[in-house]
Amino acid sequence: MTEPVFPKSWKKESKPHKFCPGCGQALALKILGYAIDELDIAKKLVYGCDIGCSLLTWDMFNVDTIQTHHGRVIPTMVGFKLAKPEAITIAFLGDGGGYAIGAQHLVNAAMRNDKITVILINNANYAMTGGQLAPTTLVGQKTDTTPNGRDEAVFGNPIHGPEMIAAIAAPGAYIARTTSNNFEDCKDKIKKALQNQIDGKGFSFVEILSMCPVNWKTNTVESLEYVDKNMANIFPLGEIKND
Amino acid sequence: MKKEFLTGNEAVVRGALAAGAKMLTGYPITPTTEIMHYWSREQADPMNLDRGIKFLQTEDEMAAGFAMIGGVLAGVKAYTATAGPGNVLMQDAFSMAENLRLPTVAFINQRGGPSTGTVIYSQQEVNLTCFGGNGEGLRIVYSASSVQEMFDFAIRAFNTAWKYRFPTFVLSDGYTAKTEIEIETYEPKEKNIDLIDIKPYLCGNTSQNSVNIRNCYNLETELNEIVTANKHAFDAIKAEIVDFEDYKTEDADIIIMAHGIVGAAAKMAVNLLRDDNIKAGLFRPITLNPFPAEAAKQAAENVKAILIAESSLGQFESMVKNNLYGQTVPIEALLSPAKGISVEEIVAKVKEMI
Repeated sequence: MTEPVFPKSWKKESKPHKFCPGCGQALALKILGYAIDELDIAKKLVYGCDIGCSLLTWDMFNVDTIQTHHGRVIPTMVGFKLAKPEAITIAFLGDGGGYAIGAQHLVNAAMRNDKITVILINNANYAMTGGQLAPTTLVGQKTDTTPNGRDEAVFGNPIHGPEMIAAIAAPGAYIARTTSNNFEDCKDKIKKALQNQIDGKGFSFVEILSMCPVNWKTNTVESLEYVDKNMANIFPLGEIKND
Repeated sequence: MKKEFLTGNEAVVRGALAAGAKMLTGYPITPTTEIMHYWSREQADPMNLDRGIKFLQTEDEMAAGFAMIGGVLAGVKAYTATAGPGNVLMQDAFSMAENLRLPTVAFINQRGGPSTGTVIYSQQEVNLTCFGGNGEGLRIVYSASSVQEMFDFAIRAFNTAWKYRFPTFVLSDGYTAKTEIEIETYEPKEKNIDLIDIKPYLCGNTSQNSVNIRNCYNLETELNEIVTANKHAFDAIKAEIVDFEDYKTEDADIIIMAHGIVGAAAKMAVNLLRDDNIKAGLFRPITLNPFPAEAAKQAAENVKAILIAESSLGQFESMVKNNLYGQTVPIEALLSPAKGISVEEIVAKVKEMI
């Protein structure tokens, strides 16, 4: 039997991965694995993950990793980078960790232009806890805590993280949005973000729109469509800042 | 060794530097902020460029705590300093440090509480510091009674933390932190103190295998085994860590049990009481966690009464009673939350008891 094709930086012992069938996050992590391989940085890398589905990545890679608390992966990586500037640090987290409980860390790391790379999965809900409202939930989208759909009069409009961060980021920062179902574009953005850190240019941040079929209660075609049409219409794809 | 005129907060920074600490991450809060002032001056001093001193004023206490953890994972003696509501917020990071047995060091200058409270004199962060977080309190906590001890325990805290790999704390209070007084400063080697060798947790190995660390588990049994093993490890090192001051207790009829700055007042009270031919003694735990239980029991064995004094409504008192379980000596308490306890008050209380 031929072995399945994995990135070299993936840890084989921890596969199959623990994500739900059809999860876009697993794709994003595979793409991240190829980006790590192509940049040949596994030995210089420290990978931190947040709480929520992102915690499932604690042993995803054959890279030194640390799983932290909810919203706190960014300051943990900021501290690591401060102590060891030659290391390449990735903070991997969800939309709750980055835009709600840990939003202050994202904002302040961008303000300081910390030389870390933040990769954030936007799947428009809190997935690990069973599909509740997230800051990124679309208006009208039903979740377990918005049974009639997100009402903008009560919960406001979905947050545009990369645009918000771009508004305060320093020269040299790299900020982009992509989707986990577009392999080449996603890898390109992740590699540029990591290269930005390697070159010491500044803060780098990639938001990845991603499918969550289990909580969205969508089939494969509907899931892909939800990302490519519904979400991408609200959250424009592309580079938001690349000086 | 030399004599220097320092505040408690300045003494902490001098002690941390002497201990080989390289990184402070913190968020300003009275009465602890000056630790950041002094450290950032050391960091900014051009004379110190080759010492690798790192400093970051973070966006909040959670960030300070977790950035400290990042530093520790990178193999740097990193620390933080906070108080009161900041100590509450930092429990997030301390709880992770406890789970993973990370050698974090934190200086806590207690504030009056609950809530924002006051900033001068209090011993109300004993429970929070020793047992805060959603865990079992596997933390090492020193209680400093003077500016000198803030210096001494700063050196000791880093060694203890990195030797035994449990989060380590030095408790003080706003009064001691801001008192300026002459103390003796020294390099560890002048007192034959060897600094512990340290190495990184992450990005330090040369083998092919990666290090993957988590604090979240799939099974009940997994976590049960980890917490149980950590508790056994903590109990096994207790005897090496516990420390206390035992002052004139051998022939005492009555002993005062107090810690930190109240312990300093109690020591003076013992001297005054002895002048009046009252056989008083002091038992002052220096480690509140682990608690010097055996020594406390011994000190209490032949006395007629015990007075517990603290600037709290019984946090230390219940700790003492818990550790003296089984002894029948009468215990009274002088409890004064968020307020100074004077030598005279302690003397008067003892005289009332005998």
